Amino acid sequence: MGSTNVNRRDLIKRSAAVGLVAAPGMGLLSACASGSGEDNKVEKGKKTKDNPLGVNKSAALEIYIFDGGFGTKYAQDAQAVYEKNFPKAKTKLKSTQKIQSVLQPRFNGGTPPDLIDNSGAEQMDMGVLVGKKQLTDLTDLLNAPSIDDPNKKVRDTLRPGVVEMGQFDGNPVWIMYYAYTVYGVWYSQKALDKLDAEYPETWDDMLAVCAKAKKKGMAGWTYAGKHPYYLPFSLYAFMAKIGGPKVLESIDNLEPDAWKQPAVKAALEAYYELYKKGYVLDGTPGLDHIESQTAWNEGKALFIPNGSWVENEAKKTTPKDFEMRVAAPSGLDSGDQMPFGTLWASGGEPFIVPAKAKNPAGGMEQLRIMLGEASSKNFTKQVSSLTSFDGGTDGLTLPPGLKSAVDALDKAGKNIVNPRIQDWYVALQKEKIGVACLGEMMAGRMTPAETMKKAQKYTDEAREDDSITHYKHN
Amino acid sequence: MEHGKYRFIVGFLIVPLTIYAVFVIWPFAQSIYYSFTDWTGLSPDFKMVGFDNYIKLFSDEVFWKSLQHSLLFLVLLPLVTISLALFFAFMINVGGRRRKNSAVSGVRGSSFYKIVYFFPQVLSIAIVALLFRFAYNPRSGSLNAALDAVGLSSLKTAWLGDPETALWAVMGVMVWSTVGFFVVLFSAAMTSIPRDYYEAALLDGADRITTFFRITLPLLWDTVQSGWIYMGILALGAEAFAVVQIMTTGPGGPAYSTTVLPLYVYLKAFRDGQAAYATTIGVALLVVTLAFAAVVLKLGRRERLEY
Repeated sequence: MGSTNVNRRDLIKRSAAVGLVAAPGMGLLSACASGSGEDNKVEKGKKTKDNPLGVNKSAALEIYIFDGGFGTKYAQDAQAVYEKNFPKAKTKLKSTQKIQSVLQPRFNGGTPPDLIDNSGAEQMDMGVLVGKKQLTDLTDLLNAPSIDDPNKKVRDTLRPGVVEMGQFDGNPVWIMYYAYTVYGVWYSQKALDKLDAEYPETWDDMLAVCAKAKKKGMAGWTYAGKHPYYLPFSLYAFMAKIGGPKVLESIDNLEPDAWKQPAVKAALEAYYELYKKGYVLDGTPGLDHIESQTAWNEGKALFIPNGSWVENEAKKTTPKDFEMRVAAPSGLDSGDQMPFGTLWASGGEPFIVPAKAKNPAGGMEQLRIMLGEASSKNFTKQVSSLTSFDGGTDGLTLPPGLKSAVDALDKAGKNIVNPRIQDWYVALQKEKIGVACLGEMMAGRMTPAETMKKAQKYTDEAREDDSITHYKHN
Repeated sequence: MEHGKYRFIVGFLIVPLTIYAVFVIWPFAQSIYYSFTDWTGLSPDFKMVGFDNYIKLFSDEVFWKSLQHSLLFLVLLPLVTISLALFFAFMINVGGRRRKNSAVSGVRGSSFYKIVYFFPQVLSIAIVALLFRFAYNPRSGSLNAALDAVGLSSLKTAWLGDPETALWAVMGVMVWSTVGFFVVLFSAAMTSIPRDYYEAALLDGADRITTFFRITLPLLWDTVQSGWIYMGILALGAEAFAVVQIMTTGPGGPAYSTTVLPLYVYLKAFRDGQAAYATTIGVALLVVTLAFAAVVLKLGRRERLEY
C-alpha cells in the first residue's frame, strides 16, 4: 500500500468515517431550520351584527386540534356550524397528538394555521409563544357579543379565572382555554361505602380511612408514578388550604423561600406519611397514568389525584357501579387558612390564534361558536367535561364524576385556586418539581426536607435563568 | 495519473458529494451557527448571544447526566450485544457436538434459533419499547410475575420506576432488540470461513473455546468492527432516544436516571422552546460521536487476512 496512492479501501474507509460521524447527529440537528416570516393575511370582511368579528366570508379556515382524551368530534361539530354560517368558506380541520412536531415548522415558516388546540404532551411552550409575539390578542373575541345573546359580551359568559389565565403580562389575552378542569382527589363512592367511611375532611381522618382500607387489603392512594406531576393536582390545593392562596403565589413567583414555607412543609410531610405508613399502592412509581387509573378502577386503591378528564379517559376500565366522585383535598387540621372545599379548577385545552395566521378573524369566530351554549353542551355531552362557558349543563344528565365536579365547584364557591406554575414554567413543574422532587419523595427515596431543598434549588435556578421568560402574579 | 488523482476521483463523486454537502454538512454548519443564538424554535427571529449557551451547558447538571448515560450506552451496549451475538452465532454454526459426516456443526435446533433470534429485529423499536413497558409494569408486568412464579419475590422492584434499575432495564431492551441482527450477521460471516480450518484445528485437539478465539474471532474481525460502529450509532442515536422516550418515567427516568443526549436535545427543542440550546447539546453529541469514530477507526486498524 503506497503512501501516495488513494486506493479503494482508503476511500471507503474515509467516507465511512465521515458517514459514521454524520449518521446519528443528522436527524437531530437538521430538524431545525428557520424560514422567513412574511405577512399574507386574507382581507377582512365587513363587520355586521351577525358577523361582529368581520370574518371574510369566503376565506379558508384551517384548524388544528389535539387528538387526546377529548377526541376531535366536538371540534368537527363546531366546524360544521362555521360552514353553515359561512357556506363559501373552505374549512379544514386536522388533528394530531404531536402538536409541536407538526406545527413548530409552520410557526418557523410563518404559515401557521388559524386556530390551534395547543394541548397534550407536546404542547408548545406558551411563554415562548407569547414572548416571541407569535399569538393574536383575543380581546376582540372577548368583547364581541356572544352567539346566544347579542347583549352579552363573550367575556361575561365565561367561568371565573378563564380570562386571567389567558393573560401573561398586561391586558392582552393570548389564550382561550376551552375546557374547564376540576382537579382534586378522585374516588369511588361505592368503595368508600364498602369501608363504611365518609370522604375525610382532615388529614387524621384521611389516615384513618387509609388504615381501614389497608385492613381490607386495599391501598389508600395511587397516582401516575411515571408522571408524578399528577400529584400537585391535589397537593397544591392542599398547600393553599393550609396556608392560604399566597402559598401558591409564592411558588408561582419563584420566590427564594417558596418551598420553605410552613404550609409547604406540612403538606409534603402529610403526603410522605402516606408512603411511610404503606398506604400507597405497591409499585405505583412504575405505573403510568392509564395503569394507575386502571388499578384504581379495579379497586386496588381508594384515592387518586387527577383532573376531570379522567372520567372520559378511564371510561373503558370503569365498572358500571363505580360511582366516580371528586372531592376537594382533605385539609390538615382546624388551623387551616381556607375552608374545606378549596379546589384547584382552571382552564384546559388552550386554544390559540397564531399572530401570523392567514385568517385570524375566522379562528376567533370559530372560538365564538364553540363558546356558545349549543356547542358547549355538545362538548360536555360528548366528553363529560365542562367548558369555559359558564353554564351549559342545564337539562343534561351528567355522568357521575362530572356531576360531582359541578357540585365541588359549587361547594368551593370563591375558594378556587389556580397555580400558574403549570403553564408558566412547564419544565420546572413537570420534570423538576414533578418527577425529580415529588416523584422521588412519594417513592420513598427522598425525605420531605430533601424535597423542599431540591425544589427550592430548581426554583432558584429557574428564577436566575435568563432564557426563561418570567411572570408574576399581580 | 498521479497528478490529477483527486480531481479525477472528485469528478466521479461530484453528485453524491453535492448531495452530501447540502443535506449533511450544511445542516451541521447551520446547527453550529444556531448554537450561538437565542433561537426559540417557535419564531423565525433570534439574535446572536456568543458563548452563552456553552457556558450554560457546562453548569447544566442534566446535561452531564445525559452525557454520562450516553457514554455508558456507547461503551456497554456494543460490548454486551456483540459478545452475546458472537457467542450465539458460534453456538449456532460451529459450537455443536461433533456429528457424523461433518466435523463442525451448530447445536441441535440451530436453524430454529437463528430465526427466533431474528424476531425482535422484525418489530419496530417503538413496538418493542411498548411491549417491554408492559413487561416492566411492577403490578401486572410479566417480569415481576415471573419472579413471583419462581419464588424470587424478594427481587421484585419497580424496574422503570426505580432510579437504580431504570437505566439497566432500558439497556436490556436495547440488547434484546438488536442482538438478533448481529447473530445473523455473524452467522453469515462464519459460514464463509472455510470448514477445513476448523477440521484441522479439531484434528489437532483444539476445544471450542480455542477454536473460537484462534480461528473464528480473527477471521470475523472486519464484521465485528462494522457491528461495533453500527451499535455505537444505535447507542447514540435514534434507537436510544426511542426506547428512553417511550419507556421511561418523565421521560428521562426517575431522578434523571435514564436521560440521554438525544432525548435532552429533543426536550429542549420541542418542549421547552429552546432550540438554540438544543443545538448546543447537539454539538456536544457531535463531539462525542467524532471521538467514538476516531477511537473505533484507530483500534480497528489491522491487517486483513485474505482467505
